[in-house]
Amino acid sequence: MPESAPATARSTRRITPKSIVIWTLVALVGAVGWGVLALSRGEEISAAWVLAAALGSYAIAYRFYSKFIADKVLKVDKTRATPAERLDNGVDFHPTDRRVLFGHHFAAIAGAGPLVGPVLAAQMGYLPGTIWIVAGVIFAGAVQDMVTLFFSTRRDGRSLGQMARDEIGPFGGAAALVAVFAIMIILLAVLALVIVNALAHSPWGVFSIAMTIPIALFMGFYLRILRPGRVTEVSVIGVALLLLAIVSGSWVADSSLADTFTLEPGTLVIWMVVYGFLASVLPVWMLLAPRDYLSTFMKVGTIVLLALGVVIALPNLKMPAVTEFATSGTGPVFAGSLFPFVFITIACGALSGFHALVSSGTTPKMIQKETQVRLVGYGSMLTESFVAIMAVIAACIIEPGLFFAVNSPAGFLGTTVDSASQAVHSLGFSISPEELTAAAKAVEEPTLLSKTGGAPTFALGMSEIFSAVIGGAGLKAFWYHFAIMFEALFILTTVDAGTRVGRFMLQDTLGNVWKPLRDVSWKPGVWLTSAVVVGGWGYFLWVGVHDPLGGINQLFPLFGIANQLLAAVALAVCTTLLIKSGRLKWAWVTAVPLFWDVAVTLTASWQKIFSDDPKVGFFAQRSVYQDGIDAGKVLPPAKSMDDMSTVVTNSTVDGVLSVLFAVLILIVLADATRVCVKAIRNPGTAKLSETPYVESKVVAPAGLWATKEEKAELAAVGAAASSGDGSGPSGDSDGDGDSDGTGGVRVGTGAR
Amino acid sequence: MNSLAAQVRYWWRELSGEAVYDRYVAHTRACSPDAEILSRRAFERQRMDAREADPREGFRCC
Repeated sequence: MPESAPATARSTRRITPKSIVIWTLVALVGAVGWGVLALSRGEEISAAWVLAAALGSYAIAYRFYSKFIADKVLKVDKTRATPAERLDNGVDFHPTDRRVLFGHHFAAIAGAGPLVGPVLAAQMGYLPGTIWIVAGVIFAGAVQDMVTLFFSTRRDGRSLGQMARDEIGPFGGAAALVAVFAIMIILLAVLALVIVNALAHSPWGVFSIAMTIPIALFMGFYLRILRPGRVTEVSVIGVALLLLAIVSGSWVADSSLADTFTLEPGTLVIWMVVYGFLASVLPVWMLLAPRDYLSTFMKVGTIVLLALGVVIALPNLKMPAVTEFATSGTGPVFAGSLFPFVFITIACGALSGFHALVSSGTTPKMIQKETQVRLVGYGSMLTESFVAIMAVIAACIIEPGLFFAVNSPAGFLGTTVDSASQAVHSLGFSISPEELTAAAKAVEEPTLLSKTGGAPTFALGMSEIFSAVIGGAGLKAFWYHFAIMFEALFILTTVDAGTRVGRFMLQDTLGNVWKPLRDVSWKPGVWLTSAVVVGGWGYFLWVGVHDPLGGINQLFPLFGIANQLLAAVALAVCTTLLIKSGRLKWAWVTAVPLFWDVAVTLTASWQKIFSDDPKVGFFAQRSVYQDGIDAGKVLPPAKSMDDMSTVVTNSTVDGVLSVLFAVLILIVLADATRVCVKAIRNPGTAKLSETPYVESKVVAPAGLWATKEEKAELAAVGAAASSGDGSGPSGDSDGDGDSDGTGGVRVGTGAR
Repeated sequence: MNSLAAQVRYWWRELSGEAVYDRYVAHTRACSPDAEILSRRAFERQRMDAREADPREGFRCC
């Protein structure tokens, strides 16, 4: 049964000469940006061209492609009431102003991801990453977010897993569930590894991050006991204390306490695991909720600052456009050639499966109008993509030699600046030992060698940009640690929240076998399942820190594959829904990104499983080191027989996981194909679990700014509303401070 | 000047989530005038309990 077409005709605006001129200019800006990126080789170019290319493309894509998807493909219906309107309870379900929801949705999807992947991918030059981030978001990532949001909105905000079960079947649904759980474990391990690498041997960093725990506890106490709900007050206090913690980190690093806070990676792993367990079993109000506020404010604030900094400083990109690692696949940061590994490494910012969980979670329960999925879904994702572009810029403005010294595994660089300088030279880049020492000194770190994981590189780039705008070289160390703090803060929040979600899923699943486990208030059950989840990511974290081949090098591809696997699930659900709802003609909108994503993910999995190159293939790696053990030989970078057997165990585990992920993708795809073929052959039999149409009583604009027609509509019902009940969410044009009075008005009904 | 301050306050309270309680009170008064309205303390506790019970609510991405 096809979904009902919108009853009203679309308001077709006539194309004015003015808009033709404006959009031609926007297109020109983008085209000139791409032109400069395409034509300059072997010379430094300004980051301004990257910005022009990205922003020009985003504007065109938003104006034309997302509008096409909303109007032609999804046929969003402004007369249809959203779950927020129908089920409005003032708390979980509530029609929220589109601009506020855009902010909430963006804050929920943007995290450390878009700052890590693009930095690592910079080993292949700035161009591959930039092209994929921009093209990927326009045709895949933003489409996925918007379409998932739309379908979830039509299903009362059902989650991705539920939609997979309802629309594809129990088999595909179960595979999706396993996928989400496995991804959560790998994700948490990789993010924790990023933190551990950034904080190892850094007393300043460790002290600052440690201080966030008492700060969060204080904020939690304040919000729970002293002044409940006063978020603003407590956040102002929290951010002030946080800045103090960053500044005082420098004093601690210079004092006799420095040794106490200088920790080995292995010690940090233990602390992370202990923290992860405690944080996830403590009540939400103590740590998680206040941390969430802190990290959100820090995140949004820093991103805005960074955007301003990049625009004001307009630094030059020092990294080549394309390095030889793009084709040779021998890069030290991660192995493998451009296709498929750039598309695996950069997930968040281009196409991130995780967003489908947010787009099918809180946001669909808050959206005021179906027409707003374009701004909230597509628009927020474009903004995140812009964050990823800034990460590319941050990574590419530092000296390439320094980039490789920071991002190569210790096994390759050795432990001294001399050996590192030589190793970098062997890659075809140059940096002197003195320059390496000076770079570490400038940010007051004992060393910057092998600070893999992306966060330190990003922090270096950010401190470069910020100190160019404010404070000069004197503030470099402060900005570096500010950036580390800001990444660590929200990664720790994710570790806490992710452990809880993993535990919840585990409880839910195991509850089928043994009932008491499902009870979320039964403490022993909570402790047991939390320990399992923490043990899961803790294992990979431990392995990542001790892997002689470099943990990021080994684990990041797995994380990328897992994230893209989730995107495949989301895109498969979207495509199935498009076909089942009679939109076969437009199914390519999500089917093409799905095929691309599957091609990338399966190629990467194939290479990780079957490649003969021991740098790429996990099982090839395993047999090389196993043969070494059998022959009694120690192969570098392993230093002992213990190292050798560590490599063998790790490659086996990683290889088996690659197989698992590939099998999961194939199951979901096969099941979705079955459903789609059935729906195409027999359109009458397709059953949709869509909520029936209810007429909307809310009038609200679709885009960021209200059009002339929308303003007229608002004015017409606004008059009625203010003489009626006057309780519109933000419709009273006098009291709410809403800038232009376009927040949305409920048609006045007098008595309800 | 006054209206600018009011606007900043409005947007800040909406974005930071501080306005959630006021919204709940307005909603309850409008929809079921007889219902008992929770105090701010009790309301915030209830929200935290809901989050405790289902951690997927308000989950943020990497």
